[in-house]
Parts: sequence; C-alpha cells; structure tokens
Amino acid sequence: MKIDAKDMHYRQLNRIIRDAVASGEKEFELDNVQGQRYIGDGLNESIKITINGTPGNDLGAFMNGPRIIVNANGQDGIANTMNAGEIIIHGSAGDIIGYGMRGGRVYIKGDAGYRVGIHMKEYKKQVPVIVAGGTAGDFFGEYMAGGIMILLGMNGKDQIVGDYVGTGMHGGVIYIRGKIDPYHLGKEVNCLELNEEDMKLIGSYLKEFCEYFGFDLNEVMSRSFTKLVPLSHRPYGNMYVY
Amino acid sequence: MKSERIPSGCAISGLMSEEGRRIDGSVIIRSIACMHDRSNGLGGGFAAYGIYPKRKEQYAFHMMFDNVEAKVATEEFFKDVFNVDKDEPIPTHRENGVSNPPLLWRYFLEVPENKLEFITERDYVMKIVMKINSEVEGAFVASSGKNMGAFKGVGYPEDIGRFYKLEDYNAYIWTAHGRFPTNTPGWWGGAHPFTLLDWSVVHNGEISSYGINKRYLEMFGYRLELRTDTEVIAYLFDLMVRRHKFPIDKAILALASPFWKDIDRMETERKRIATAIRQVYGSTLLNGPFSIILGHNNGMIGLNDRIKLRPMTVARNDDMLYMASEESAIRAIAPDLEEVWSPRAGTAVIGTIKAEVE
Amino acid sequence: MESQLPAEFNVNVNHEKCRKCRRCVINCSFSAIEFKDKVTPNSRLCVACHRCATFCPENAIVITENPLDYKDGYNWTPEIRKNILKQAESGGIILTGMGNPKPYPIYWDHMLIDACQVTNPSIDPLREPMELRTYLGSKPDSLKFDADADLTTELAPQVKLDIPVVFAAMSYGAISLNAHKALAMAAKRLGTLMNTGEGGMHEDIAPYADRIIVQVASGRFGVTSKYLNNSAIVEIKIGQGAKPGIGGHLPGEKVGEEISKTRMIPVGTDALSPAPHHDIYSIEDLSQLIYAIKEATDYRKPVSVKIAAVHNVAAIASGIVRAGADIVMIDGFRGGTGAAPMIIRDHVGIPIELALAAVDERLRQEGIRNRASILVGGSIRQSADVAKAIALGADACVIGTAALIAIGCRVCQKCYTGNCAWGIATQKPELVRRLNPEVAADRLCNLVSAWGHEIQEVLGSLGINAIESLRGSRERLRGVGLNQEALDILGIKHAGIGQ
Repeated sequence: MKIDAKDMHYRQLNRIIRDAVASGEKEFELDNVQGQRYIGDGLNESIKITINGTPGNDLGAFMNGPRIIVNANGQDGIANTMNAGEIIIHGSAGDIIGYGMRGGRVYIKGDAGYRVGIHMKEYKKQVPVIVAGGTAGDFFGEYMAGGIMILLGMNGKDQIVGDYVGTGMHGGVIYIRGKIDPYHLGKEVNCLELNEEDMKLIGSYLKEFCEYFGFDLNEVMSRSFTKLVPLSHRPYGNMYVY
Repeated sequence: MKSERIPSGCAISGLMSEEGRRIDGSVIIRSIACMHDRSNGLGGGFAAYGIYPKRKEQYAFHMMFDNVEAKVATEEFFKDVFNVDKDEPIPTHRENGVSNPPLLWRYFLEVPENKLEFITERDYVMKIVMKINSEVEGAFVASSGKNMGAFKGVGYPEDIGRFYKLEDYNAYIWTAHGRFPTNTPGWWGGAHPFTLLDWSVVHNGEISSYGINKRYLEMFGYRLELRTDTEVIAYLFDLMVRRHKFPIDKAILALASPFWKDIDRMETERKRIATAIRQVYGSTLLNGPFSIILGHNNGMIGLNDRIKLRPMTVARNDDMLYMASEESAIRAIAPDLEEVWSPRAGTAVIGTIKAEVE
Repeated sequence: MESQLPAEFNVNVNHEKCRKCRRCVINCSFSAIEFKDKVTPNSRLCVACHRCATFCPENAIVITENPLDYKDGYNWTPEIRKNILKQAESGGIILTGMGNPKPYPIYWDHMLIDACQVTNPSIDPLREPMELRTYLGSKPDSLKFDADADLTTELAPQVKLDIPVVFAAMSYGAISLNAHKALAMAAKRLGTLMNTGEGGMHEDIAPYADRIIVQVASGRFGVTSKYLNNSAIVEIKIGQGAKPGIGGHLPGEKVGEEISKTRMIPVGTDALSPAPHHDIYSIEDLSQLIYAIKEATDYRKPVSVKIAAVHNVAAIASGIVRAGADIVMIDGFRGGTGAAPMIIRDHVGIPIELALAAVDERLRQEGIRNRASILVGGSIRQSADVAKAIALGADACVIGTAALIAIGCRVCQKCYTGNCAWGIATQKPELVRRLNPEVAADRLCNLVSAWGHEIQEVLGSLGINAIESLRGSRERLRGVGLNQEALDILGIKHAGIGQ
C-alpha cells in the first residue's frame, strides 16, 4: 500500500496504517514523510514499512514486530522501548536511540547522536541489537543493562565515540571498531579484546549490516575491535550506608 | 503581574543567507509549522533581520500596549528621551487562532546627541528598554534593534506569522519559535523571541540556573521581570559580547563551558583562557536543557547545552545556513541539502553574514 | 567550700556483665571511674564523653543524665540554677567549649531545596558529570581580550577546591598535633584545605602546606615570612563565631616543647591572644595589614579575613572586600571553640544563615561580589547545610565540629580542660596517642566524600551539573515556618510560592 504523507498529520497517517494492518495489509510505502511522529508505534504485526522522507520523533516506539526501512536520516527517540522488529536507517539517526529497548534490531548506516542505547536491556531470549556505521555522541550505552551495540566509525571522522561511554553500564556488551582512549570511557566499564566467540557474534550482525547498506564485510572486519563490558552488575553497591 | 515565571517547552527554527540575500517570511513559517506538535498554541514568534533597510540607522522599537493609556504614557516618555522620526501601527490581519492582540505599534527612533555625554548609545537604549518594561504599566518592548524586528504573540507560530503578514517582509536572517508553556498567561510579551537591541533569542528548554544567572545580571544593571528564563540568555550575550567585548567563541566558553576534566587536558593557553572564564564567569553558565538560536545584525548562532539535553540539527546549502529542533523542519523548506549535522553538546555553530548588507 | 552542685550524669556499671578488665578505668581521662575491687564510678566527674562505654567489651556501662528533678520553672531552668551555684561557689566566669547549644532558631532547618519535575529534567549524578570544583580568590569584574583574542587579564591567585568543604581553623594547642596531622592529610587527599588556626604550623604538617590556610591572629604565634609563604592562603583572624570580640588564652601548662617551638614562645608561658589586633583599630588599618601580607608573599597567596557574624556584618564585610581581602570568612554564632566564656558563646552574634544572606546581597548591590570569595562556618552539620549555604551565596563552607565528631569527638564541651579522652582537644601525650592520624584522616575523607556524593545528588535533582549554577541561586530555596522579615533577609520565597 502506498501512502502520500504530504501535509498529513501523524494521527491521520498512523490511523490509516493501523486500519490497513487490521484488514491484513503487509507492506507500506510512505512518500513525502515530513516529520510525522510515532510511525510504527505499538504495532505487533510482521509488516514492512518503507519511509521516503524524514520521519519524526519516536519512530518505532513500543514496536513489537514490524520492519521499518527509512531512506533518509532519522530523528530523535527511534526504537524507544521497542520490544521486537527491525529498523533500518539509510542515513544518520538523532539522540536517545533505543531507550529502554528490550528486543529487535536497529541498523543505522551513518552516525548516531547522544545517549544511544540508554538503558537498553535484555530479558530471557530477547536481546536487542543496535549497529551504527558512523560515529556516536556522548553517553553511548549509558546505564546499559543488556543487549549488544556495535559502532563502526566507517566515515573516517577522528573521534568514533564521545565521552562517558558505558557510564553506569551494568549489563550487555559494546563493540567498537578500533581503539578507544580510556579517557572517553565511563567509570563502570572494562575494556577487553575480542575472542573467537565475539567475532562470530558480531560477524553475523555485520554481515546483515553490510548487505543492507552495501559495505564490504572484509573491510569492516579488517580493523580490530574493542569490547566493553560492565565491571559489575551492581556498580553502586558500596555507595550507600544504612 | 510580571512576577511569576512560566516554564515552557518548544520548537525553534532559523535560517540565514550568508550572502545577505533577503528571503520573505513565508519560508520560515513553513519550517516552524512542520513542528506544530512541539508547541501548544500559547506562543509563537519570529525575529527578522534586514527588514528596514531604508531606516537602518534608526532604532526600530516594536511595542505592545495593553491599552491606549500605556501607549500615551510611552509616547510621552519617548518624547523626552528620543527623537521620534516615525511611528505607525504594525500591519496585521485577522487570523484564525489569534485573539486579543495588544495594541501593536512601531517607532523609528534616534538618540539625541546631548544624551550621550556619559554613556554609550547602546547602553542608553538598553536602559530605556529596561525602564519601559519594568516601570510603564501595560507597555512592553518586543524589540529594540536597528533594521530588525520581533513579531510575536499568543497562538501557534504559523498563525502568528500570518497575523503579522510576514510574507511582506524580506530578511537575510529569520528565526522562529513555537512555544509550549505550562499555563495560560495569555501574555503576548511572554512569547519568544526575547530581544535586547539587535540580540534576539529563541529557546527550547528551560534554564535550571536561572536564579543565579538573574542575580549575576542584576549586578550589571539588567532588570529581569519578564517571567521567563529566556531573557537571561539575551542579556548574557549583551553583557559579554557587547559590554565586556568578548569574542563570540569566548562567550560560548562561559555560557556552555567545557567540563573541568576537558579543560584540564587542553593545551596551556587554551586551558588558561577556559579556566579563567569559568573562574570569573561561573555565574553565567547556562545550566539545564537548552537549544537556542541567537540572532544579531551580523549573523546567527546555534548552541545547545553541555550535555545535550535538547535537540538541534544544522544544515547548509549554498549560502544558506539552517538550524532547527528537527531535521524535518529544515527539509520542509530545503529538501536538498549539501550538509546536515547535529552539533556536539556545548558547541556553537556560528553563522556570519559575509557580504556587506544594506 | 563544699559544692552543692549535683552530678550531671550517672554512670551505671552492670557488674554481672563486667569482667573487670579495667579498660574503662584506663580510658577515662576525667577520673570518673576507679577500680576498688570492682569498677566504681564517680558520677560527679563524668562528662559523658562515652570513651568508657565505647571501649567496654561487655557493653556493661550505661551513662544517663542524672534524673534529679527540679521544681518546675520555665524561667529558672535547671541549667541557670546550676550556673548560679557554680558562680556562687567560685566567683568565676563560666568557661565552656564547642558551639552554642541553645535552642535559637536553626534557619537551615527552615529552608527546603527545589527539584526538577517535567519542565526541566533532573540529571543523573552517578552516570553523568557533576562538578563540585570551586576556586577561592578574588575575581576581576570582567576579562579582557586583545585583538587576537588572547586573554590579557591576569587573575589574582586562585586556590582550587575539589569539594567546597574546608576544615575550620583549629589551632595546635586547642587541638592535638595528631588531630592537625589528620586534618592536613585528609585535606590533601580530598583536594580541600585545612586551617592552622592561630597557633602556628608544626613542622610535621609543613609537607601539606599547599593545602593549608595559615592564620595570622592577634597573638601572631609562629608568624614568620616563611610561615606566610608556606601556605595556600593566609587568613587574618579578626573574630570567631563562638566568641566575637574576645581574645584567646592557651594556659601555660599546655605549652610544652612542641607547642613552644610551633608558637615560638617559651615553654610553660601562657599564650595570650589579645581581643583586637593592636595594629588594627579601624578598617584602613586592616587594609594596611592585608597589603603587608601581600607584600610579604609577593601577591602569590589569597588573603582571607575571618570575622564573627555580628549585627552589622554586611557593612563590615563590604569594608573588608574594599580593603583588599580576597576571601571573607564568616563564622556564625554557633561556631565552635576550644574555650570561651559561656555568656559570650551563648548570647553574642547572629546566625550564619542570616549573616551570609545579608553579606552576599550587600556585595551584589555594591557590584563587588566577585572581588572576594565567601566562606562560611558556624555549625555546618551536614551536606544539606552546605547545599543551602551555597544556594544562599557562599563559595564554600568550613567544618570544625563536624570534622572533630568524625574523628571521635562526642561534643561533651570540655575541650578547655585538656582532658579530651579522644586525643583531640588535649596535649597530654598519653591521650594524644589515642588518636591515630592515619585512621582519623580516613574517617575525615569518608565523611567529606560522602557529603560530596550527597551534594551531587542535590545538584542532579536540581537539574544542574556544576556547583556554580547553585551558588547564589536562592530561587532554588523556599522557606517554611519563617516570618516575612526572615524571608526577606534570606532573599527566599515561602514554600508554596512558584517561580
């Protein structure tokens, strides 16, 4: 189903999508999207939404199954509290991507903003994954409690990630392509080298990533990665007295 | 009446031609309208630069009056302190969504030379603006710069823009604001931009350090009675850049200062400067979430807070510089862009008019 | 004369639990416990310092207030009756120690701090940066840059504090060398300062000199040009909150070899601090002394002037700033002391909260607030007091009593006896030995860094991440149960009033 979103309010657009999903529609192509919020918000079905234009904030919030492809940059709050599904951004993404995300995957071709993967968590078999091809801002993986984040820095900018990486991290794992000055790390993370299992794990996601965005997997894997894990699952255990 | 401060959330947008090309106001209206849902209809406004080229040497005062008495009182006062070259109503037309406007009038003013024996011209004008805003009941200076003006009111920004017929104005810088205040003061002066002389500020967020920023500015003769934290931003730029003669980038080191841990790692001379600025100007640090677009006659500056709690996207195309809370608001008026980026926390994007503009 | 004074406390020993280890006897430095076949207290001598009870391995000692009731009298309180008896029996001025304990209003406890909800976000103090760094020293009105944007203004000397909590002036003499060592070591580790007080600097703490405020008081004990230069800050002590307008008197029996060396006076002589500095009879004389010190230190040390909070404190502070002081230290009427006449300690001065508010506001009105840092003390009891003081306008707080409590003090108010059982306010070698400087320094570091974390929690809830955004931000305080006059002086609104 094709929808021309030009000058359409988000309520109308999302209502059309919800109604069509209810009557069995599986594929949507949205043209002239111009900042409409909440696309894919709360949808549970295995549908596919292709977005042409710039989607608004909270893209895929509370989403539980759909696959969203954005042929432009995304804005803030993508995959907010997302439970399952896939978001593929053929551009860059804004701040607070994957806040409280509990499952599914977000692939970003370009850069990601501040506080990416903040309080991402995993539960039983649900392991959320965020992969970004460019750089990211400060507080990458802040309070991270679970899941996997991979940052590639493929656009050649000097600093691949901002400050306070993994500050308050107490679960999950971060892989960053290249070396990181410990100065940029939060107090609660430990820097490790990758083992074979790690390579296998990131290899499977990066293969998919390269297929989506046309990167060469060999080139992506040609540099060594840094692995960041939490020092403790209870980073503030000694902070309080009773 | 002006005692209670109103917190608010917001959308901001700005555009500028570095070559000084004039663009009509319908463009900025389209951009800010794209972020309609970031405001709640209780405030919208615009600042425009280069709109009065024929009177560019005169101070253009955009005034809001609650009643005729306030207008009469202000005009009596003007007679004492200025030479009034021309005054006229600000053109408007009835617009759905805009109600109860105050009396809107503009004045083109010159400062009599005999007033400037002991004070600079702009300090003199600043004092008059402060005096009207705090002492003349029912009168409010919406803007007071040369060759620029603020157009603001209670309503959605796109409605306010059409109300003021902004399509009839041509400016080389436009900034815009849609406001989401937390109650209903119905006060037109409370909308953004906030201005002083040719400074204008549109602001998304809330300044958590307002209390000390205000007390600091009061030491330098500023009166902060406009029920908003945003005015401190305009006055801090005025104090630092105009009165203390700070280069803009140095003022930024005070208002969104780097963290000590980063200052400690700077090379010697930069470290000396950044340390001294924080030591001396610590009370000017704008703490809390904000992204702002500051306009002045020679350019436009975008800045967000030092841990980036509010969004800002910047883009370039040819001689155009764009800034907005959301990328979609830029794409709405410039679908094809050479460069789009989000500035880092506490890092200013400084746009400067390159050409000599009329 | 036979004393009619009843005992203040009762020491009760549970002889069934007591194993007669005599630890209590050894520990009691007030001779209130003897051993005669069994542990036998002499309750009349007990000061409730808790030393015996703390060290009794069997928990066999309980100290209670002597439950001797007096006939009811709102006016003639038991304490007043006891004081009259004391003076009737002795003819003396009643001497006491520590800070004013009287139930005057505590303004800290009538101020509440703001927090962010929705319109501003709070900031997570554990995960995100939260800066407490503070610089003490005079700041210029503005900075100047030349055409190349190079900074041309030279700043007056600035002293860095990693946390805006400084240890208060307590002299070697009033307290022990081990206490001084602990304070110096802790100051160094915490990135803050200790203050020698007026008794000079013992050579053992000289290695910590870059973290030490050295005091110049009316007695000029141990003051040499080396002493002035071997410091972080030089402080001229005019007055002290516990005894404004009163001098000091360290009795000769406390002036042993080490104190003699440090104060540069003969062993066994009384160390008398005159009430005023006899080179300061007016404000211009203060300026003369400030610049004498600046000349002696080549303008490399900030000069602080410490005064007691008295009625006219705002005007006095303004004069001090104009006289060239880089720091004004104000000590409130609850400030502690090693010894002071009770009449002065309990009845002279004003609360630090009001003094601070008045001084900060006055300096702002005069446009000179930046020219000096303001330090305040006089019963800063907890980190909340620090946060409130900074919001009222202080640059940093000083803590004396709180620091001593951290290392063992039980506030028994008997400092002047020299019998401190905890090795703090004493010069007796056998008592001083009880205070291990390393352990005491650890305790001080723990206390102050815990306060630092708590202040960061407050900043985070206020949605700010640098202490300078709280400093002077009275908008973030509200009063409860205060009258309009007090609210006006504090410069705060009553709770329930919005922005």
